[in-house]
Amino acid sequence: MNILNIMEDIEKADDEIYERINPRRKVIKNFLGAGSKVALSALPIALSGLFTKAYGRVPEKVLDVLNFALTLEHLEHRFYQTAMDTSNLIPAKDKLGFILKHEKAHVKFLEDTIKKSGGTPVSEAKYDFTGKGTYPDVFTNYKTFLLVAQSFEDTGVAAYKGQATKIKASYKEVNEILTAALQIHSTEARHAAHIRFIRLLSGFATIKPWIIGDDNTKGQPSYPIYRDEDDHRHVFININGIGGYKTKNAGTASFDEPLRKDDVLKIVAPFFA
Amino acid sequence: MATSLIHSDDSIDIEETNFLSHPVHRRSFFKYAGFSAAGLAMMASACKIPYKATGYNLGNSDFAVLNFAYALEQLEAAFYTRVTDKFYTGATELEKDLITDIRNNEIAHREWYQRVLLLKKLPHLEFDFSSINFNSRDSVLNTAKEMEDTGVSAYNGAGKLLKVGLFLAEAGNIVSVEARHVATIRNLISFGDYAGDDVIDANGLDGARTPQEVIALTSKYFKKPIDGSNLPTS
Repeated sequence: MNILNIMEDIEKADDEIYERINPRRKVIKNFLGAGSKVALSALPIALSGLFTKAYGRVPEKVLDVLNFALTLEHLEHRFYQTAMDTSNLIPAKDKLGFILKHEKAHVKFLEDTIKKSGGTPVSEAKYDFTGKGTYPDVFTNYKTFLLVAQSFEDTGVAAYKGQATKIKASYKEVNEILTAALQIHSTEARHAAHIRFIRLLSGFATIKPWIIGDDNTKGQPSYPIYRDEDDHRHVFININGIGGYKTKNAGTASFDEPLRKDDVLKIVAPFFA
Repeated sequence: MATSLIHSDDSIDIEETNFLSHPVHRRSFFKYAGFSAAGLAMMASACKIPYKATGYNLGNSDFAVLNFAYALEQLEAAFYTRVTDKFYTGATELEKDLITDIRNNEIAHREWYQRVLLLKKLPHLEFDFSSINFNSRDSVLNTAKEMEDTGVSAYNGAGKLLKVGLFLAEAGNIVSVEARHVATIRNLISFGDYAGDDVIDANGLDGARTPQEVIALTSKYFKKPIDGSNLPTS
């Protein structure tokens, strides 16, 4: 493999390659000039960075994020579809049809985006929504259903949040994916707030549409979804009691917290058959 | 008070210890970075964004994007403070409780930005709420809905403009709380309208607007205009 030959071949096929990579042509010329001195083992890495920039191909780690998101959306979609297909579970007045519609749309949107970006979307899994027997009445008792729904929604919000910085780049294709992920993220937060509001109004839990503190008993008890929600330091700044309202609640409720991928997977693991 | 710019309250454990042998606490961090609290405060107060003919020009960096968010959080905090000072006629206990929570969250956001934007920030802004009837439930809740939906779309559109991952992460921590607010406000107006078709598209995506669009939509509330013309666009 000879890097100069590769670049020449690309140049024949795409005479704007240098402009695509960098308007400052000289940088590339210099890069090529140094090519013979660059350690051979480092070349593939240097090249892949160059081409990613040139053609905006979506990097593998972004595709991984999209498939991780799709894994969660499949779970949510099947959960709500099953619930809506169960008679006498969800009161029509609670308008959960919006949530089902959105989760279904998210599945399709993510599948399309992954394909368009050159990846392979993960397929739907088999689920056990009783969480291995922890919630045996999940589709017969609305109270239990809402508890699990809240856990899924709050976890989903935190999961997208935890991935946002991995979908950051300076070129268009990835920026578009980041924006779409943020748009899904806030949709999920609306869902979470609604489920929590229903639980509040129904007297099922002493709860608010926002997350106050790290009281994990308010969500799914088997794994600490809200473990970090008591965090009140953001970029060196303690938000506990900020602004003269000396309530700790306002401090913790005003910032949602992210969950790492491995924590999210632990939270949802019992729901996979 | 100089230290108030760095420390939000006095409950923080500040340890005067050897930087090398202990975790970095705030004060030692700033000392290490060559700042004294007093010097930092002076620098901060000297670096307010000046008012010019076109308004407060936010500039073009990550701090400009954060200042844009700071302007919106100031707006929301001022609005809800007015609402809670004297609630509209017929406000239920539930409504008062939820809206008071929202006010406290918005104030926390505002104060957080005020503290994080040490080097260059907007002053305390003044607002024109003459279009709002604070005695009317309809007027207050519909204004809140419009403001919060716009705020969510502002964060969603601005995320890609932030170059520093830490700032993107924090904006993400805030925007989902804004989304929780607007879902709740919309539910108070019409139960079940938490994520209606007017705001979520066929792909299940919430709104995303450019800062310029958001500034245009909210300009009626700002007594002195915000000029986002130098903000990054990609």
